[in-house]
Amino acid sequence: MNILDFMNAFFSDSAHWHGYDGIPQRFLEHIRYSLLALAIAAAIGLPVGLLTGHTGRGGNALAFIANAARALPSFGLLVLVVLLIGFGLLPVMIPLVVLAVPPILVTTYEAVRTVDPSPVDAARGMGMRESHILFRVEVPVALPLILSGLRSAAIQIVSTATIAAYVSLGGLGRYIIDGLYQRDYEKVVGGATLVAALALVTLALFWAAGRLLVSPGVRRR
Amino acid sequence: MSGFFDIPSDLQHSWAGLIGLHLREALIPVAAGLLLALPVAQLCGRFRWLYPPVLGMTTVLYAIPSLAFFVVLIDYTGQTELTVMIPLALYSLVVLIPAIVDGVRAVPPETLAAATAMGFGPLRRYTQVQLPIAAPAIIAGLRVATASSISLVSIGALIGNQGALGNLLAAAQKYDRPELAVNSVITMAVLAILCDALLVLLRVLLTPWMPRGTRQGPAARPEPYGAGSATR
Repeated sequence: MNILDFMNAFFSDSAHWHGYDGIPQRFLEHIRYSLLALAIAAAIGLPVGLLTGHTGRGGNALAFIANAARALPSFGLLVLVVLLIGFGLLPVMIPLVVLAVPPILVTTYEAVRTVDPSPVDAARGMGMRESHILFRVEVPVALPLILSGLRSAAIQIVSTATIAAYVSLGGLGRYIIDGLYQRDYEKVVGGATLVAALALVTLALFWAAGRLLVSPGVRRR
Repeated sequence: MSGFFDIPSDLQHSWAGLIGLHLREALIPVAAGLLLALPVAQLCGRFRWLYPPVLGMTTVLYAIPSLAFFVVLIDYTGQTELTVMIPLALYSLVVLIPAIVDGVRAVPPETLAAATAMGFGPLRRYTQVQLPIAAPAIIAGLRVATASSISLVSIGALIGNQGALGNLLAAAQKYDRPELAVNSVITMAVLAILCDALLVLLRVLLTPWMPRGTRQGPAARPEPYGAGSATR
């Protein structure tokens, strides 16, 4: 049996399409965990990144924190948090957020900091308030890079959210972990395919968001 | 009373032994990834149409969860270190290829023209001019790949004791000894930070013409993240 046979066997089995352990249900769970983690990470990373990028201060501290966070293994963190505070949604969110904050934070900081200073000076000369300068001048120009930070965070979250299944939560990781213990490779391959597909959908969504949100004047460069 | 460094005997390694094993399982794939990425990136630089499909392919590979990757490979390579190392090497490509391509592309055309005028052939120009100038970008990519690889080895614990320090996580649950999990996470984090520091040192040694004070790590540069990449 090669991988395509496994995929075919998994997706053509109608039992995988219904009920509590069905693909739609697992898909929704996976999307829910991923969105929640991305929202929390963005709520932390975006404001801090925008502020430090605008003022240009704290870049070194930021780089240090991001590096330190990156050195923490997601899976190890998950097991540790579960051992310390027990099962639940929170122990899954902690490693996912720790994983996703550094790319958002660092790219946002860098995106805002590297905006061409001349329009910023012009806006300041015209008497715009600092918050207006940030949101009306710097953010629109920095948006493509900010989105790319969010995108890589989102893709990492989607493929790492599979570890939720290890601590008895649902999501697409369920198929992978269950398949592993049941020695049922169909399930493992099916689960992996679904996760990879979701990652590709995420890529496409961010591409579409870029087309919609980024001003044409910025995009043309 | 079992202490912080008392490793359960079923792991068949001491703490130091696990560290050695972990470094081997994490670093060999990054080195293999670099060896694979250099020619691929060179081809992508030469034939520009090749770059987007290569990038797309590595991104799809990267989206496959490591655990699933391991399990599928067990059929071919068994429950061995190789099963853990193959996916890690492939994951590292998603960071390394863009880092090398961007780094090599950033070499100013005048510099290349000067090298050509001095009689450098394509190979010598690549190894003695383009690669050294691209070194900071390549090392930035290596830093991300290394940190990610060190963290991912631990997932190997789920396919039967192939996770080196990650095996401590399984043992922590099995024997209900949370201090083993603390040991595992902290040791992995310290290893990642030490390897990162070594790579920074390597960059300083490889690029003696650059000012020492400037921070040019990946944490201060958007590229490695922007490439749709990094840790897991």
